[in-house]
Amino acid sequence: MTLPHREPRFLTGAWQVARKDLLIEFRTRSAFLAASVFAVLAVVIFRFTWDPTGIPAFELAPGVLWVIFTFAGLLGLNRSFALEQQDRAFDGLLASQLSRESIFAGKVIANLVFVAAVQALALPAVALFFDLSVGSAWWAVMAIVLLASVGLSAVGTLFAAIASNTRMAELLLPMMTLPFFVPLVIPAAQASALIMRGQPIEDGLSWLKVLVAFDLVFVSACVVAFPFTIEE
Amino acid sequence: MAMVSSTTGRPVGSAPDAAASPLLGEHHGVDLLMSAAVIACVAAVVRALFFTPVDAMLGAVQKIFYLHVPAAVVGLYIACGLLAVSSIMYLWIKDDRIDRLAESSAEVGLVFMGIVLTTGPIWGRSSWGTWWAWEARLTSTLFLWLLVLAYLVLRGAVESQESRARLSAVMGSLAALLVPFIHLTVKLFRGMHPEPVVLAPEKPKLPIEMLTTFGMAMVAFLLLFFALLRMRYRWTTMRDARAALLSA
Repeated sequence: MTLPHREPRFLTGAWQVARKDLLIEFRTRSAFLAASVFAVLAVVIFRFTWDPTGIPAFELAPGVLWVIFTFAGLLGLNRSFALEQQDRAFDGLLASQLSRESIFAGKVIANLVFVAAVQALALPAVALFFDLSVGSAWWAVMAIVLLASVGLSAVGTLFAAIASNTRMAELLLPMMTLPFFVPLVIPAAQASALIMRGQPIEDGLSWLKVLVAFDLVFVSACVVAFPFTIEE
Repeated sequence: MAMVSSTTGRPVGSAPDAAASPLLGEHHGVDLLMSAAVIACVAAVVRALFFTPVDAMLGAVQKIFYLHVPAAVVGLYIACGLLAVSSIMYLWIKDDRIDRLAESSAEVGLVFMGIVLTTGPIWGRSSWGTWWAWEARLTSTLFLWLLVLAYLVLRGAVESQESRARLSAVMGSLAALLVPFIHLTVKLFRGMHPEPVVLAPEKPKLPIEMLTTFGMAMVAFLLLFFALLRMRYRWTTMRDARAALLSA
């Protein structure tokens, strides 16, 4: 008796793609190592450009944090599709039964995990070197970071797919994505600055609304747009 | 009766396929639209400089207004609007002509936005006392300029005509979604950090002479935009025809 054939479900397929990418990253650790070394180096360098008597740490730290998150994220995003170029691995993925949308969702999940892992390292590093005490509001900072990372991963993954079709992917990706990160980085940095200053989270509610709106609009738009980046 | 091409003398349709005709979009003679646009621009400049009264409050620098505002209307609203609409339309109906329109409006729009971003600070220096203020409109314009620039760099980095059109249309469509977000973010940013700089005061009612000059400048810039757009469009048509011929 043979089992009836079934098309893989959306989330199952997405998880398979994400698992594959994360497994490759876990075994080679090349991008993660590069991104985390970059993050720590950047924190140290920023520390030496800063005069603690002039600007209090909680004014500078959110900016430093978001510059690091953005650029460390780009290091991982670049790899996301460059990986598939070798031996035309992407053709194999396209020939599988997974829908285009679930391939994209899988790539986004893998990139989100990557970005979150780098952030989990950079956040304590910034707190340590800048002597920040967030106190009981740490969960709010985490929520902001997560909200911004979702949008960053979705838009970044789509542009990584576009850039992988061009002659100068590594140079083009930051140029295309950074303007798109503006409505993520400004609200996220502003909202985290509010919390580090000790203000209640309600003061930053309008920033959080922008983040949620961006995530909703761009995650759906990128899922719709992704199939167009693939040559049929 | 065989029709004969006026430019090549060869019978039309003698080439095996339409794409193989390299002279598809070639036009000879004087570009009348461009001539009209240049004359209108010169006329508008002459009128703005010599036949329009100097503003009592702002002085001679107010005359930048006749260059700045029409360039902003044409570059930001018409060119970027065309780019957004044609990008979305391309993904829908996949017509090469729409892609060429998107490319041409991006290039011409970049020039007009460049005018906006250079004349603005010159005016701001004498009126606000600073070259640049992180005000919502200025910042949005700057980001839009950077986006269009990135769009054109992306176009330059893709070899095949079909993927160039497809990938840049994806970016153009997403950029259309992004612009309201940038504007909202920058506005909120300003709202939370008010600065003592008094930005653009309530627009005073313009006297009729100034309004006429402004109207002339607006018409001149519109003509110039469409003349340049048509020129670029024809050029892209010839370039794509040549590429098709070379790859055949």
